[in-house]
Amino acid sequence: MINDKLIIAKKKFNSRLIVGTGKYKTMSECAKAIKLSGADIVTVAVRRVNISDKKKPLLMDYIDPKKITYLPNTAGCFTSEEALRTLRLAREIGGWKLVKLEVLGDKKNLFPDMIETLRSTEVLTKEGFKVMVYCNDDPLMAKRLENVGASAIMPLAAPIGSGLGILNPTNIKIIRSQTKLPVIVDAGLGQASDATIAMELGCDGVLANTAIAKAKKPFLMSLAFKDAVIAGRQSYLAGRIEKTIYGSASSPTTGII
Amino acid sequence: MKKIKKIKIKVNGKFSTINENLSLFTLLNQLKIPLKKVAIELNHEIVDKKKLNNIKLKKDDKIEIVHFIGGG
Repeated sequence: MINDKLIIAKKKFNSRLIVGTGKYKTMSECAKAIKLSGADIVTVAVRRVNISDKKKPLLMDYIDPKKITYLPNTAGCFTSEEALRTLRLAREIGGWKLVKLEVLGDKKNLFPDMIETLRSTEVLTKEGFKVMVYCNDDPLMAKRLENVGASAIMPLAAPIGSGLGILNPTNIKIIRSQTKLPVIVDAGLGQASDATIAMELGCDGVLANTAIAKAKKPFLMSLAFKDAVIAGRQSYLAGRIEKTIYGSASSPTTGII
Repeated sequence: MKKIKKIKIKVNGKFSTINENLSLFTLLNQLKIPLKKVAIELNHEIVDKKKLNNIKLKKDDKIEIVHFIGGG
């Protein structure tokens, strides 16, 4: 397992769990949960600086971008234009090229607008960004994203923050089987076992935010997700047995007294 | 003595009155913005942080100062 690294845009990461930094009660709770998760990558949002309250704590003071990879996202963007503007600004803050693109199409279910997403992926790739793309669990769209230069495919398990778990494991499996890119299940996970299932489907990683941040005990859930991702990956690599409809005794049938 | 002209600009969506010809660098200093942790847009164009001193603010300029916050 030592050499089993997650590789995104030629960069190697030890952990296959990516965690979001939103929805925590405090910055210090967020920082501790991230530490416990063992994640090497965290997603972050780009927002206006609060110029009237200068004492407001800054994320960078709690999570050191030199020690952990910041993955700027475009959360809250509903058009390609907004997403491009956001990520160009993100790059300007400190040279970030690895980004998570998410262009939403509907405020209620937060499903991605795949037409805008595809268009943005193409533009960003041409501008030198390494784009990890939040997308529907649609194999055809996933292929199109790959064709325009995406660096990772991030199909949703279920609507963002819904906690429903993986609604369409078959599609996730198809997406995994048809691409050379890393596939990272993003959004909609509710508990640690959902992460294990994603990994057992062959996915390269998992992104979790709400499931950890809004758990009754976020630190314990953070640890659970860490272990769940490792267990799922090991289970996938170990290779599961074939399913049969009949029983097969585990103990030898010879020498029975 | 010549009276310094005041102008109105918008910073992060809010109106602000400043002295005409104030440099963007001085404004950001006055606002105590940690330059290493932000990106700046002036009238929808990203500003090169090395050139802040050369930019003199004009009436109706729109400035956006953004940074990273928690997000999923």
